[in-house]
Amino acid sequence: MLGSFSQFFLDLYESNPKWNFIYFYDPKQADRVLEGLWTTLELSVVCVIFSVVIGVAGAWLQTLPNRLVRMVVQGYIQFFRNTPPLIQLMFFYFALGQFTPTYSPDGWLEIPIISNVGWAIISLSFFAGAFNVEIFRAGIEAIPESTKEASESLGFSRLQTYRYIVLPLAFRVSLPALNNNLVNLVKTTTQALVIAVPELLYQMVSIYNDYSTSMNACMLLLFVVYIVLVGILVFGMQRWERAMNIPGYGS
Amino acid sequence: MSENEMNSEQPIVSLKDVHKSFGDLEVLKGISFDVKKGEVICIIGPSGSGKSTLIRCINALNDINSGSIKVHGREVHDPKLDKLELRKKVGMVFQQFNLFPHKTALENVMMAPVLVLKQNKEEVRKRAEDLIRKVRLQGKEDSYPGELSGGQQQRVAIARSLAMNPDVMLFDEVTSALDPETVKEVLVTIKELAQEGMTCILVTHEMGFAKEVADHIYFTDNGVIVEHGPPSTFFTESSDPRTREFLSQIL
Repeated sequence: MLGSFSQFFLDLYESNPKWNFIYFYDPKQADRVLEGLWTTLELSVVCVIFSVVIGVAGAWLQTLPNRLVRMVVQGYIQFFRNTPPLIQLMFFYFALGQFTPTYSPDGWLEIPIISNVGWAIISLSFFAGAFNVEIFRAGIEAIPESTKEASESLGFSRLQTYRYIVLPLAFRVSLPALNNNLVNLVKTTTQALVIAVPELLYQMVSIYNDYSTSMNACMLLLFVVYIVLVGILVFGMQRWERAMNIPGYGS
Repeated sequence: MSENEMNSEQPIVSLKDVHKSFGDLEVLKGISFDVKKGEVICIIGPSGSGKSTLIRCINALNDINSGSIKVHGREVHDPKLDKLELRKKVGMVFQQFNLFPHKTALENVMMAPVLVLKQNKEEVRKRAEDLIRKVRLQGKEDSYPGELSGGQQQRVAIARSLAMNPDVMLFDEVTSALDPETVKEVLVTIKELAQEGMTCILVTHEMGFAKEVADHIYFTDNGVIVEHGPPSTFFTESSDPRTREFLSQIL
C-alpha cells in the first residue's frame, strides 16, 4: 500500500528503532508537521511586518520634540529589550489574557477576543519592534547634519528632507542590523510553544511525546527547517541590500 | 520684479551690526556690509574668526542674536519669513560638498527644481544637463557622488545650487576639503560664474583667487571686520597689524 518512499522510512525504523521518521509514513503526523510549518511561516511573516512598522513608528516618535512621547518610547524599548521574550509571551497570554474581554458564540463557551496566536503576534512583534526602533534610530542618526543642511538650503521642507534624503539613506544603513534582528525574531517564534501556539516546535514536541522513538527525527527536521527558513530570509535580505547598494557609498 | 530689485545700486545682501553667540561664545560681534548685484566679495581671516557662521546666517542656516540681515530688502531673521522664498534666491555650496549620495550627479541637480519648485521634470532634465556641461562634467551625469573625485563632486554641488536659479551664491570654503590638484577646476568654475555676473559671497583661503576675482575683500578676525578694500589695495596697503600678520603667514 505504502509508496517506496514511506516504505523506506518504515523499514529504517524497524532496523534502527532510534530513527523513527514517523512523519514520512504516517499521514496524520505529516499533517501535524505541515500545520506547524504553516503556523510558523504565518507567525514569522506577520511578526516581521508588524515589528518593522513598530520600528519605523518608534524611530519617528523619537525624533519628536515632545519629551513625554520620547520617554514613553524609551520605556517601551527598555522593557522589551531587557526582559526575556519567553516571559513576555507568558505575561501577555496568562496575565493580560485574564483581562481581555470574551465573546460567546453559543451562549456557553467564553472565548477571549485575542487568541493565543494573537498574543504571540502582539508579544513577539513588540519584542522585535523594540530592537527595530533602536536600529532605525541609529540609521537616522548616522545621516550627517550637513547632508540635511544641504537639502534645507535647497528649499526642501523638513518632511521632504526626511522623505527623500534621510530615510532612504538611513534605511540602507539599517539593513544589516535589521537583517540580524529579523533572523532572531524568526527563531524566537518557537517560544510561542509556551502558550500552546501550534507552530512547528509545538507540533514536533507533540509528535515525539506521542511517539518517543521519533525524537531524533523530529529534532533533525526542526534543524533542517530552520536552517532553510532563516537561509531564505537571509538570502532575500542580502539581495535587497545589494539591490539598494549605491556605488561608492558605504562599504 | 519690483522697482527696488531692478535698481542695481540697491544691495542684494545687506548686513547691519550682526551679532551671533553660541552659548557664551560670541562669534560675530557686529558685522556690517553690503553686497550689490553682480559683486563678488571674499571673506578671509584666520580659523575661528566666524567666517562660516557669517555666511550661514545669510541663508538662515544659523539664526542671529541681534542686528539685521536683508536679502532683496527682506529681513532674513524675521520669524514670519518664508524660508523657502529665501532659499530660492540664495544658493549655497559647502566645504564638504554634501551631495545626496544615493542620487546620481544629474539627479542631484534635478531634485530641488522638481520637488521644491514643482517644475516640469523634462524641462528640468534639459537644464540640468546644460548645467552639468557648464561645470564640465559631461559624461558623468549617471555617476554617483561616491564615484566622483572631490573636485567633481564640488562642481556637481555648484550645478545643483545653480539649478534653483539663485540671485546670490554663497561659497563656504569650497576648496578646503579638496586635493590640491582639483582645487583649480573648482575655482575656474566659480570664476566663470563671477564673470557672468553672478553675485557671489565667498569664504576662502585661496588668496590668489580672491585677488583675481573679488571686487571687495573683507578680513575678519575675532568676530569683527578688521579691514576691507578692493584687492588692488587690500593686499598691498592694509595697515592693521592683524591683517598684515595674517597675510604674511598665508602669502
